[in-house]
Amino acid sequence: MGHAVGGGAPGLLDPANQSREGLVAGLDPRVRIIIAAAFAVAVVSFSRLDVLASALAIAVGVMLLAHLPVAQTVRRVVAMDAFIIFMIAMLPFTVPGEPVFEVFGMPASREGFLQALTIALKATAIVMMAMALLGSMEAVTLARALRSLGMPERLVHLILFTVRYIDVLHQEYRRLRTAMKARGFRPANSRHTYVSFGYLIGMMLVRALERSERILQAMKCRGFSGRFFLDDDWRLQAGDVAASFVFAALIAGLIYLEVAGVIVF
Amino acid sequence: MHIVDGALSAPVIVVGSALAVVGIGIGLRQMPMEKIPAAGVLSATFFVASLVHVPIGPSSVHLIVNGLAGLVLGWAAFPALFVGLLLQAVFFGFGGLTVLGVNTFNIALPAVIVYYVCRPGIVGGSPRAAALWGALGGALAIALTTVLVGLALAFSGEEFVPAAKLVFFAHIPVMAIEAALTGAAVFLARRVKPELFAVISSKPKEA
Repeated sequence: MGHAVGGGAPGLLDPANQSREGLVAGLDPRVRIIIAAAFAVAVVSFSRLDVLASALAIAVGVMLLAHLPVAQTVRRVVAMDAFIIFMIAMLPFTVPGEPVFEVFGMPASREGFLQALTIALKATAIVMMAMALLGSMEAVTLARALRSLGMPERLVHLILFTVRYIDVLHQEYRRLRTAMKARGFRPANSRHTYVSFGYLIGMMLVRALERSERILQAMKCRGFSGRFFLDDDWRLQAGDVAASFVFAALIAGLIYLEVAGVIVF
Repeated sequence: MHIVDGALSAPVIVVGSALAVVGIGIGLRQMPMEKIPAAGVLSATFFVASLVHVPIGPSSVHLIVNGLAGLVLGWAAFPALFVGLLLQAVFFGFGGLTVLGVNTFNIALPAVIVYYVCRPGIVGGSPRAAALWGALGGALAIALTTVLVGLALAFSGEEFVPAAKLVFFAHIPVMAIEAALTGAAVFLARRVKPELFAVISSKPKEA
């Protein structure tokens, strides 16, 4: 087994869409980052439900253009942190206002319900857009694009190393779990379980450190002098400019709806 | 504890992001190129660890292990945890984009606090004493993260306060689990490879 990374096994960070086809895959990575960021900033500042629903529709549209498996992506988006879902679900009962229904004698307010809905729409629209535009590219491409947008070089190197080793370490984790299982370990609610998981993570850290020492030696052996070369020769194509205009128009349209308060459909 | 987009008010997002940028800047300054491979591999380890499900009652929780990250990485926990959150948001859909700074701050500041409070006990004493300090660090980091998440929500709107209080109490078992786990991890690392606690966080001048 050694250090071989199984060629066939899908990696944790593999883009969901492997085909490299479609309108989104052809766009410049930097343009995709800027669009996703602009969309996120615009959407969090909206408050009208119809505007947010339109934003969600746009995000779903881009997801379809990116050829993402819709059902699987939606399942991932809905699987949010349980505690955050709980906080949002509590809102109808903690925001004062006109009661609309009762659960176990607790009145739920219309205002609180609308606020919970607003948060859910914003979170879903932004995450879907991010996964459609950014999650569909290689993690390494994302890091390089961030560099050419001005992210500090060392932070980009940290991203590259992390991305490179996440799959290696995940396989190591699975090997260690298999070894534990072979010795009869079954997770339960016991101190033994938690301590065993602690040893597991401690062991992974120790091995990771030894691995990083070998990596640094190998790098020095090849004449590493403290700099990687990240320069990519990306040039904006006509399609990138067109996509930027389309998204700028869509976002401007949403802002207009939010401010003017009219909905056209 | 990933806050999602849309829950926080604009001032909270701006202040949280600014503080995260400062933290990441300090962390990067302690991380010369020589240490990037170690920081990257350790940051990947914490990423994988955060995917581990641990049983709790009839359900299970994801680990955060930010206490352990602080003990091993010091200020470098800021950039390392930021990278993890960025990748989780983009590739898994956990958390969000506009809240990246706030989420980084909420998880990394407790890591740095644990580094200052608990690291002397871990480097100095016996492995057994180190395990106790590690356990304290594991629990402290989760407690502080829950408080920071609660504060971020409370500054955004009073209606979150009751839920934030409940979430703090609901996290007491999680604190106990992370304490046991971090203590065990520290115990093992102290016996097998004590240098682990000096890779990134030692003063750069001797590197």
